[in-house]
Amino acid sequence: MTQRLLASGNEAIAMAAKDAGVRLGAGYPGTPSSEILETFSALGGHAEWAPNEKTALEVAIGAAFANGRAIATMKHVGLNVAADPLFTIAYSGTPGGLVIVSADDPGMASSQNEQDNRRYAVAAGVPMLEPSDSQEAYDFTRRAFEISEAYRRPVLLRVTTRVCHSKCVLERREAVEPKSVKFDKDPKSNVMIPAYARIAHRKLRAALHELEALNEKGEFTRKIAGSPELGIITSGISFQHVRDAAPEASILKLGMTYPLPMETIRAFAASVKRCVVVEEGDPVLADAIRAAGIAVEDKAEMYRFGELNVNRVRRLLAGDLSPEPAPAPGKPPQLCVGCPHRRAYEVLRDMKCIVSGDIGCYTLGVLPPFEAVDTCVCMGASITVGLGLRHVLPEAEARRVVSVIGDSTFLHTGINGIVEMVYNRPPTGHVVIILDNSITAMTGLQEHPGTGRLLDHTPAPTPVSLEKILHGIGVDHVDVCDPTLDKASFEKILSERLASNDCSVIICRRPCILGAVKAKSYEGKK
Amino acid sequence: MAEKTINITVAGIGGQGVLKFTDILADLLFHAGFDVKKSEVHGMSQRGGSVSSEVRYGSSVASPMIPEGESDYLVVLENSQLEINRHKLREGGILITPDDVPLDKLTNPKALNTMLLGALAAHLGLDPELWIRELKAFLPEKLHALNVEMFQLGYQYRK
Repeated sequence: MTQRLLASGNEAIAMAAKDAGVRLGAGYPGTPSSEILETFSALGGHAEWAPNEKTALEVAIGAAFANGRAIATMKHVGLNVAADPLFTIAYSGTPGGLVIVSADDPGMASSQNEQDNRRYAVAAGVPMLEPSDSQEAYDFTRRAFEISEAYRRPVLLRVTTRVCHSKCVLERREAVEPKSVKFDKDPKSNVMIPAYARIAHRKLRAALHELEALNEKGEFTRKIAGSPELGIITSGISFQHVRDAAPEASILKLGMTYPLPMETIRAFAASVKRCVVVEEGDPVLADAIRAAGIAVEDKAEMYRFGELNVNRVRRLLAGDLSPEPAPAPGKPPQLCVGCPHRRAYEVLRDMKCIVSGDIGCYTLGVLPPFEAVDTCVCMGASITVGLGLRHVLPEAEARRVVSVIGDSTFLHTGINGIVEMVYNRPPTGHVVIILDNSITAMTGLQEHPGTGRLLDHTPAPTPVSLEKILHGIGVDHVDVCDPTLDKASFEKILSERLASNDCSVIICRRPCILGAVKAKSYEGKK
Repeated sequence: MAEKTINITVAGIGGQGVLKFTDILADLLFHAGFDVKKSEVHGMSQRGGSVSSEVRYGSSVASPMIPEGESDYLVVLENSQLEINRHKLREGGILITPDDVPLDKLTNPKALNTMLLGALAAHLGLDPELWIRELKAFLPEKLHALNVEMFQLGYQYRK
């Protein structure tokens, strides 16, 4: 029985996971991926927010070792955190289907970089599927589990913002029953000591050859006949823009973009007079195709930056290198009126601190009227980057260095930084401020281990306590305060800690104003 | 069924209900039998910044994003967002702003999006009953009466 509905790409992936009998979904929230697990949970799937993406992928790997189908979801930069398990599970594979969703953010609507994670498929040697709309997001996800099991390979499902968040018409098909779970002892396949990993690596490369042959058969490829004058090779959301921008062109639209169906591509390129590769981000397809000795035109460098759209594809095809009109400015995001972070940043600004910042709403403290964030690299880096500053700066300046991190980010990868701080103490000590608004706010108010609630907002068995972690690691002082309510106390504690040579953490605790409303609505939920 | 793809851009500020507006609109067009795509950007736009969302419909829609300057309709929920979005409207396209609805009859500012939805609906030429049904399907029952009233006020104004 099929069902027709309007759904976003993220909802489509969630429905496909449910219909494919997925036993477990794990991830860490991150735009544009967050709605996948939320929807999967709402559909009755077993979904969890892990403290970070590495943890999430490893939990999913465990479920897949038990023959269950599992999915791990994350944004592009999240896969950096999960890269360690990725590269080795690519060798061993799992008996249960394992799908890793990487949701990339070309144009950086809400990210610190616009890395192109198609590179990960090549680097790790995992097959990659790239849907271009919700229907393909659904179909490819379901197929990804079958491929994962047939070839014993994790599959990378690579989506981008516009696929994740655009709603389009979707046909949802009949579900299959979840496979029975069991654990078969098989250390040669599952334990990657060098002796077994050497064999596994050869198996992986052999499997990629088989997958290439599968891809040549064409089930993931769409050919649209058009003029022999212009042929376009494309994938993902770029395909949709191409259809509007060049309705007359012949199109080769690729669905499995690693390993590539090079003979199909060669034949297509030979069938047209001019062959252009249209892809968002890095020239991943173009480089691979040219390396195979096939003459194709690449986009100009200026189109590597940002998202593509219909206008840009028109320009790209016309070889238009004139400067593009600047986007309309719009009203930039800002810390909400009533946001508890505001008062903390006023103090940091007025005390002229050097602030090593982190990823979250509170990164917005870099903008006026605060202008109180001085560095921001990646999740968890506030603490460690702050320590580096403290180690090398002259004492007077070192004393002004403060690391600022959110509660969810602290649990993600901030804990390691606290261990580093206690172990390799700078001569002036250090001060870390945890802006604890008791939610993962920036990505849309998701739960985390410290909120006391699970992904579906039901009570967590054991809420994780920031204070206990900090005391357990051995920091000298842990203070809890609320600058919104009592600014003077916060200023006093901060001044004292900055003047000392101790390693201190100050927790500024006050719920997010948006999160507090939500939290109230969860009360009594079982 | 429309052969040509119709493009609608809706713009406002985070919290005004821009995305709810296009959710209702896209779902209605889907139920009316069109191919529909709806696009928007989540994330930092939730923090009080500019928000815009796009709906395209017709017999077959490709890109979910409206090409620059090809919107047939531009609906603006706050006049401050007009100038930064005006370039999205095609020549001869229809602009709908809060000035095009009876604001003096808006009893709850949160229902401005519904009133403007009514103003847009008056242009699209679909069965008004479809809209009412859609509103009711999307909103909790206690909000039905208010929203149906605001929709109709927007629909009838300057018709």
